[in-house]
This record gives sequence, structure tokens and C-alpha cells, in this order.
Amino acid sequence: MVSTRTQTEFRGQPLVQIEGLGVEFARNRVLRGINLTIHRGQTVAVIGESGCGKTVLLKAIIGLLTPTEGSVYFDDKNLARLDERELAHQRIRFGFLFQQAALFDSMTVAQNVAFPLRQHRALPDDEVRRTVLARLAEVGLSESVLGKRPAELSGGMRKRVGLARALVLEPELMLYDEPTTGLDPIMSDVINELMLGTRRKHPVTSIIVTHDMRTARKVADRVVMLYPAGRLGRDEPQVLYDGRPEDIEDAADPRVAQFVRGEARERLMEMRQGNGNQYDG
Amino acid sequence: MCRFDPPVRALRHWHPAALAEPVALRRATEKPRTDFDPMATQSDIPILPASSEPRGLLAAIDRRIVDLGAVVVDSFTEAGSFSLFAWRMFRWLSTRLPRRGTLIPCMYQIGVLSLPVVALTGTFIGMVLAVQSFAQFRMVGMETRMGAVINMSLVRELGPVLAATMLAGRVGSAMAAELGTMRVTEQIDALASMGANPIHYLVVPRFLACLLLIPALTLMADFMGIVGAAVFSICLLGIDSHHYLQNSQDFVGNFDLFVGVFKSLFFGAAIALIGCHRGFHCDPGAEGVGRAATSAFVFSFVAILLIDLLLGIVLDSIYFAIWPEAPKLF
Repeated sequence: MVSTRTQTEFRGQPLVQIEGLGVEFARNRVLRGINLTIHRGQTVAVIGESGCGKTVLLKAIIGLLTPTEGSVYFDDKNLARLDERELAHQRIRFGFLFQQAALFDSMTVAQNVAFPLRQHRALPDDEVRRTVLARLAEVGLSESVLGKRPAELSGGMRKRVGLARALVLEPELMLYDEPTTGLDPIMSDVINELMLGTRRKHPVTSIIVTHDMRTARKVADRVVMLYPAGRLGRDEPQVLYDGRPEDIEDAADPRVAQFVRGEARERLMEMRQGNGNQYDG
Repeated sequence: MCRFDPPVRALRHWHPAALAEPVALRRATEKPRTDFDPMATQSDIPILPASSEPRGLLAAIDRRIVDLGAVVVDSFTEAGSFSLFAWRMFRWLSTRLPRRGTLIPCMYQIGVLSLPVVALTGTFIGMVLAVQSFAQFRMVGMETRMGAVINMSLVRELGPVLAATMLAGRVGSAMAAELGTMRVTEQIDALASMGANPIHYLVVPRFLACLLLIPALTLMADFMGIVGAAVFSICLLGIDSHHYLQNSQDFVGNFDLFVGVFKSLFFGAAIALIGCHRGFHCDPGAEGVGRAATSAFVFSFVAILLIDLLLGIVLDSIYFAIWPEAPKLF
């Protein structure tokens, strides 16, 4: 069963607190004034069109990007203030599934999945092997992939190996960057089911960046919609919607409904008039 | 008198912005239209009259100055980023040594696999030196002195510089391409997200492997060059072997050998740091990776020659301080 708890109903402790977050690249404002609190046990889907800063938000949460303004607290610790060693230590508590899985090309599947274990735990070889096999079995991969290189795997298999690798240290916070992008509908749903299954098995908090409404509806219990900062008015908030996935159709803002229904007519008109030029790419 | 008087009207047409995208320029000033048909195709968009934005010679000069400023700012940014990168690398190197599992494959890639090509080029450069100097030395009847000249230049200059150049081409650009691909496909981010420091994990072993193995490669280039030159001179050019070798021994000393090996350490460090830095700061896409690899080689090569010159001067003054009777450079 998918739970339907939202931020207001949810009484868990806050795990991630984002306060006034702003990120700028070469004077190009990607994020501005983002305030979000994500509680333990929640599954939050961050949706929005390409270029609205979803992935940047994810990378700011894990500390791969230093925010231009504002701060991100993970378990009451400001990640930007930690030194490299402490940050590395905190990151063991994160799991990150990258868009293209980001498996290490130079290593086999087994070495990839075992990498976090070898970095942070001094385990005997047979125990590492057992853990790796168990994690791969969880994502539906058998022993036969162990010796393969990432280049020999299909897109869906790569994503699943990436998921196994992200889960190997049993993280408290899972971050998914467009987990279903570029996969066929069946494989997309496999990934959705795996994300649901992960939550059932481990007490994990998840943030899913996606533009796939099916994923948002099926897996998340809270949906946050971002809008490209460059196309907003001066005082408009960048978060257009924050609430339950069931209610998103009834959102007051017409731009939310447009996105959910995938209607591009007005957007295309804007592009033709040249107002949306900077986001054409 | 011939006077060049550029007609400003014609110059306007040279203006790069005017040539590049007239439609884009117009679009920027045009008012949003309300009677727009969103289903219209690109060709249906009416061409609007050009704006009266100031263009021409002044604007062109203005733009050049802005471009020049951007180049200067970019180079300073780049130098700063490189220094920071090197500093972080040295800090990680001093706090924690890499694991054997990461260092050994790097050493194999950088040292062992470079050995054949370094040996081959060393041999050829020795032979080429013999060919080039033979005619002149023959003319003054001093061909036995060739041993001294060839071996001196090999051991002091050509051996180390050639080994370093081969390493920059074979390993420096490969490092930039490999790390660049890792950057583009988010593998470097993935490393960091798993609590492994990318500089410690990727850069330190490459740096150490280059630093530790380039002296060996230099010695190999020296040795093969000496052998190549000797075989060519003695067997093919018919120079008396006893005098050739005796002359080499008289002129080439341990200090010369040391100079070459000492310089090579700096070359190795520069190759590894430049290659890794280029890879880490690679632009997105296949083009970015290609550019990173090329620029890694170009910058390494320039750095090698620059370091060679500076160390040449420094080491020469040291030589003079130890042996004051030697001819002084400055």
C-alpha cells in the first residue's frame, strides 16, 4: 500500500531542511529561495520541466554543489560547513542513483556494488560477496552479471545495478535522479516497484527527481513541483505545488495542471514569442 | 597619396553580431505579440524590421575589448583553479597514501606500458643525432668527439624531454580523457556520493605513479639513445669504438645524469597534474572530452619545455657553484 501522508499530516522528525536555497551558475539563476523540510520516512517526488533545477537541488542536498545562498541541513548538520572528511562520513548515510547510473566503467558489476563496502567497511571477501549477491537479488539480477562490465549491460540493468550499489550500505536517505528516464514502460514500472520495495524493506527517506507523473503518483506520498527560476516573476515562489499526489490535478496554479496533463500549447506560444529563449536547450 | 578610408556603412555589415543571427537580434527587441498562432511553423513567423541598436565600428571595437577582458579573466580563473587543484592533491598525498589496489594498476598503465614506446623513440633519437652530427664532425676530423656531444645532449636534455613528451602524449591525454568521461557520466560525482574523495581516489595514485616511474622511463630513454647512437656510429659510420666511448666517458659525468633524472621528476608531476585537472574540469559531451585530452597534451608539452628552461638555468648555476672553473651561463 502506498501511504498518503503529506507534510502537514506527517509527524516524523525532519531529516533534510532546506532554507532559502539559491544556486547560480555563471549569473544564471537555477534555484532561488527554496524552503523545504523533508521528514523521516517520507517519499518526496520533485517534478518539473527540464532545466528547472531538479537535479541541481538533488546535488545541493548531498553536498556535491555548494549553494550560492541559503543552506541545507541534513540531520541538523549544515553540509556546506563540514570539512571533507566529515562530509565523506555523512555521505555514507546517503544513497544516490544517478540518471545514467554512473557505474564505474573500469570495474565489473561485482566491484561496483562492493565499492561502498570496500571503502567504508572492513569485511572479509566472502561476506562482501554474500552482501553483493543479496543486493543484486533484491533488484532482480542473478549471479551471472557479477563479472560483466557496465558497458555490456542494458540501460535497465545498469539502473538496477546502480540501485543495488546505492543501497548496499543501507542508507537513511535515498536520492533518485530521474530513475525511469530512458527506459521502456515495463522497465520503468520495474524501477517504480523496486523503489516501493526498498521503502518497505528499509526505513528509508526518499527524494525522487522525475518528470514522469506515473512515478510520482505511484511511489511518492508528497509531490513538490519546481518551475524554472528564469521564467518566474520577481516575487513568485519557485515551488509551485507542495502536497499530496492525488490533489495535484486540483492545484490552483494553471501551470501545475498544464505540466501534469502534459499540455504544451501555451508554452510553445511563449517560446515562439521569444520569452522562453533561455530555456530552449 | 593612397588613403584607406573605410566606409562606415559597409563596416556595419562586417559586424559579427549582425552577420551571425539577424533574427535573434530582432527578436530581443520585439514586443510580444498577442495574435500569435501557436501552431504556426518557423517559416510563418513574419520577419520584422531590423532594430536601430548602435552597431558598426565602435560596437565592434567594444566587443573585441570585452572579448579580450574575458580571455584575461578566464586565464586567471584557470590558473587559480589549477593551483587549488594541485594544493588539494598535495594535501591528500600528505595525509593518506593510496591503496595498493589503486596504485599498482596506475603504475602498470603509466610505467610498464609506456616502456616500449619510450625505448623505441630513445633509440631513434640517438641514431638521428649520430646521423645529423656526423657530417659536421667529419669535416673538422673530430668524429670521435661525437660520443661526448651526443651522449651529453641525450642525458641532459633529449632523454628526459623525450620521455616526458611521450608520457604526456600517451598518458597525460589518456588521463584527461578518462577522467573527463568520468566527469561527464557523473562517475566522479558518484565517487563523492559514496564518501570516497575523488582527488584522493583518482588523482593521487596517478600523480604518484607518474612521479615514481618517470625517472625509470627517462633512464630507459637515455640508455636506448646511448646504445642506438653508439651502434649507429660504430657499426654503420665506422667511427673508432675505443675513442668514441672514451670521449663519452670523459665528458659525461654523474651530475649530467642527475640533472636529467631530476628534471624528469618535475615533468612527471606536471603531466599528471595537468592531465587530471583537465579531466576534472571537462566540458560536457564528447566534444568536451576530446578538448580536454588535446589541451592536456598541449599544456603539458608547454609546461615541460618551460620547466626544462627554468631548471636548466637553476641547475647550471648549481653546477657552477660546485665546479667554479666550468664555463658560466650568466
